[in-house]
Amino acid sequence: MLKIEAINIKKSFGSRKIFSNINFSLNSKNILGITGKNGSGKSTLVKIIAGIITASSGELRYILSDKVLDYSEINKYYGFVSPYLQLYDEFSAFENIALISKIRNIYVDEKKIQQLLERVGLIDRKDDYVREFSSGMKQRLKYVAALYHNPSLLILDEPRSNLDSEGISIIYEIINEHKLNGSVIIATNDLEDIQICDSIIDLDKISNSK
Amino acid sequence: MIKYLIPIIALFQKDFKSEIRTRYALNALVMFVITTISIILFAIAYETPPYEILAGILWIIIFFSAMSGMARTFISEEEKNTVMTLHIITTPITVYFGKLLFNLVLLVVINCFSTVLYILLMPNFSIKSPDIFIITLILGTIGLASTSTIIAAIIAKSNTKGTLYPVLSFPILLPLLLEVIKTTKLALEGEYFQKAIPDFQVMIAYFIVITTSSYLLFDYIWKD
Repeated sequence: MLKIEAINIKKSFGSRKIFSNINFSLNSKNILGITGKNGSGKSTLVKIIAGIITASSGELRYILSDKVLDYSEINKYYGFVSPYLQLYDEFSAFENIALISKIRNIYVDEKKIQQLLERVGLIDRKDDYVREFSSGMKQRLKYVAALYHNPSLLILDEPRSNLDSEGISIIYEIINEHKLNGSVIIATNDLEDIQICDSIIDLDKISNSK
Repeated sequence: MIKYLIPIIALFQKDFKSEIRTRYALNALVMFVITTISIILFAIAYETPPYEILAGILWIIIFFSAMSGMARTFISEEEKNTVMTLHIITTPITVYFGKLLFNLVLLVVINCFSTVLYILLMPNFSIKSPDIFIITLILGTIGLASTSTIIAAIIAKSNTKGTLYPVLSFPILLPLLLEVIKTTKLALEGEYFQKAIPDFQVMIAYFIVITTSSYLLFDYIWKD
């Protein structure tokens, strides 16, 4: 079971402090919510958790069976969805997932890709170029990319961004299903998203308390 | 080894397919080579330039065509906002070597095209020592690709990419350019292969130094 520990995470851009003193521990079968007003650093914190950017100070640990994972390997263990994440417009939906899997060094299972595309309602458009997709369809495809390698952790920044009501119910199903065996981190300001979280990091309160 | 090789080849395939579909770099490079050679031909008219000048002009064309095309592998990822996707699906090492492989293949294609065109059109450009010329072209291409790749990664995040790229590349590429111009001249003069060996050793050492330092630095360049 994967466990994530954050100890005194601090991030500054130049002289501007975004947040500091972020501490949490996330065990399997839990959902952690990250909330705070615009500019409070929600996306910055999820990017640090995903290893996309580095923290100014503090320590983040991915622990699997009591062993701390090498930071360069953590991307094998999470799936990431956010509005600012882009897939390749010049490839079809199917090609995108197949290419990402190959780059991840994972076997390309056509049947599994089709099942996931069906789950998010994109099976009929699997051979269409992503540039022809609406923003909501692109968001759905990002869930396929995030789930294909069976990650232990799902990191979702604004999970319902661009989605219609059908899309939102699909991702809620995905989150609840994922929680049975893994963990989820959600960065959001949406009340409905916050309600499904087991614990919350409120960046406004943390910055105000400092 | 296979563990690292498969993702590198997969990333190369992604860039290759993307290039075939978008012609992001190839069209610009081919047009650059054709226009440059045409302008040079008009400029020299019926003159027959000496070997030093001919060798220099060939590598000027290759240098600037590399400058107009090589940066695009990273810039296109920045422009399409897909850099983060690469961050979350693979390691910095895979990105560096995948991009290096793509730049190398692109540069091989462009250099072969430029050289064939140059040989056919330039008066007095007859290679008397093909062995020296072929090795010069191979080592020059490899050195140029490895330097261009790391500098492309550095400048991709800046606002003045177009200007910064040749400005940053030139001082780093200068030792390589001096060597390739020298050995190309030797090939045109029909010198013995042995005479070019010390220069080839410098080119190999250059490639090893650049690739090793790029490998060590890329992690820092790629993050933040």
